[in-house]
Formats: sequence, C-alpha cells, structure tokens
Amino acid sequence: MTDLPDNVVITRLDALVNWCRKNSLWPMPFATACCGIELMATGASRHDIARFGAEVFRFSPRQCDLMIVAGRVVMKMMPVLQRIWLQMHEPKWCISMGACASTGGVFDTYAVVQGIDRFIPVDVYVPGCPPRPEQLLQAIIDLQEKIQREGTASGREAFRRRQPPRALVEDPRNPRLVVAGPPLFASSGDEAASDRPAGSETSAT
Amino acid sequence: MASPETLQKLKERFPEAEISEFRGQHRAVVPAGIVHDVLKFLKEEVGLALIIDITCVDYLYYPNARDRFGVVYIVGHPETAERMIIKTFVNDPAPTLPTVTDLWEGANWLEREVWDMFGIRFEGHPDLRRILLPEDFQDHPLRKDYPLQGRGERHNIPVVTRDLG
Repeated sequence: MTDLPDNVVITRLDALVNWCRKNSLWPMPFATACCGIELMATGASRHDIARFGAEVFRFSPRQCDLMIVAGRVVMKMMPVLQRIWLQMHEPKWCISMGACASTGGVFDTYAVVQGIDRFIPVDVYVPGCPPRPEQLLQAIIDLQEKIQREGTASGREAFRRRQPPRALVEDPRNPRLVVAGPPLFASSGDEAASDRPAGSETSAT
Repeated sequence: MASPETLQKLKERFPEAEISEFRGQHRAVVPAGIVHDVLKFLKEEVGLALIIDITCVDYLYYPNARDRFGVVYIVGHPETAERMIIKTFVNDPAPTLPTVTDLWEGANWLEREVWDMFGIRFEGHPDLRRILLPEDFQDHPLRKDYPLQGRGERHNIPVVTRDLG
C-alpha cells in the first residue's frame, strides 16, 4: 500500500454509492396542507435545504427519489399518492411529515387516512403540527444516515425484500402499471430465510 | 337582509310562506311543493337573480324538529346586495326536491354537493353525480346518523409495500 498515489482513497463501492445518493436526494413534494408551507420554507433561503443536497424539488416522480408527504391525505387522494410512489425509481425513500401524514392528526374522520404508513412504506416520521423546518432538516439528516447504513450499489437489499423472486406482471388494479407478481420459483419459507445473510435487515416497513 | 318591498311581494304572492327575521336576516319557510315557484318568482319578478348557495341541514336528533332535512337556498340581488333565505323541508325515505338548474346553471354543482353529502335527490338535474367524494362511496356522510369516523372507507384501500415497487 505504500505505492498508493496521493489523493487516492480506498473505500467500499457501496459506501461510495451511498454517499452519493444521500447527498443528492431529489424530493418529490407531495404537499397537501399547511405542512407544505413549512416544506417551502425549508427549501427557501433561510433554512436552505440545499446545504444537504436536497434542493432539487421535482414535480415528476420519475426524477425523484425522496417522497415528502406533507399534510393530510384523504382516502380519495391515497390511490394518487400510491401511484406516484410506484412511479418513482428505486432506490427511493419516504418522509411522512407532520402529525396528519403520520397519524391523521386531529382529523379523525371518515375521509382522512389515519397515517400514510398504513398504505405506503415510510422511512422517517416527522412530528409536529406543522413541524419546524429544522425538524424536516433533521429528518433528512436521519434519512441520510439510514441511506449510508443500508444501501448497496447493486440494490441487493431491495431485491432481498422481494423473497422469493417474483415475475413482473400488470397491476390488476391498473393495467398501465407493472408490478411484482407471483413467485417465480416454488420454494418453502425455510429456503427463503436461508438465502438471507445473517443479521441482514429485512424489516423495511 | 331583504327589503320591505320584497317581503311584501312574497307575502302577497305566496301567503303560505312563513317569513321570519333573525338578526337582520330574513328567511321564508315554504312547503317543498312550491319551492321552485317561489325561487322562480324571486328571480324573475323581484330581482333576486343570484343563487349564492344551496345547502342542507339534518335535523335528526334535533329537539322538537318535525322534519328531517331542511334545504336552504340563499338568493341575492346582484345590484342592491339584498339577500333572502328560502328554506324548505323534506323527509325520509327518498327525500326529493325539484331542481333549480333550469333557473340557475350555477345550481348544478351546488345541488350535486347536497346530493353527495345529504342524499337529497333533485328531480330533473342534468347530471346528479357525486362531486366531492369518490364515485364508489356508498353513504352520505353529513347525515347525522353517519358515524364521524366512517364505516371503514378510510381503511378500505389496497396497501402498497416495498416489494411492489
């Protein structure tokens, strides 16, 4: 190792890829209520989400990897939210911002979904009504730690969640979407468990 | 608030209307059978030509209420800002009123909202569909006998997990 040139660092590829990913999160602002105002404030100059590399808000899910659900989601909006989530590319993450998105908040009524995590995966929850921009920034910092810890360059962890491997089929609810279908190979539960390396995280929501 | 002339004209033409005043607001309670005639008269002969709102009140569990639904029409005068409230009552089963979309095109969505939330049918409405709630919703949620937290509609959504993505 003594002949390693200057300015050369050796690291794991996964760590490098995760470092790139966590410092260039592109948020999809799903802002439905007053939390959206705080989300905008987070993006504005005083709080400046650009310090964390996440300033590129895109309104197309195809270009995003971080969904920020800011505000209450009603049951009529939930299929829209799910569709946008499915349109985002892996690797992707989700922040549930505020009391309403996380639990329904004070809106315990027939129309309001009591926490989006009942219907889509959530990585980080932000408490508050609405949360301060600092809280959202803390959530992004926490998410960055999670990304650095968990991701792999090849997306093995995303594949591993999908035990056993599945065929891609049309979504029965929406023929224009392609989703994971039935298992490709018949296998018992024990085999599927033994495929996982010891100690790997498989409880991704 | 309505001008004395308006109230006088209404009294002469429709003696069965019960006109009352509360804090400067005038309202006339009329039988459901003549509500369309009353509104047409107010629009065409009195000048209250603006439909401001159509809404509804459910008097279920209300003390001393004789009827279940009170449908409220608020009409206004576009020049004098005069206002008048016309109220009528309908009952279960199948509460129905004649539509006023032939008088005001703008009543279309207002009546759809009343249908959506209270289940009052408007006979002759050109397109009486739900306007706010999903099309497959089964109930009329602003009725007092509908539970606040619903009948499971907010939970009856397919779940998207990571391995679907």
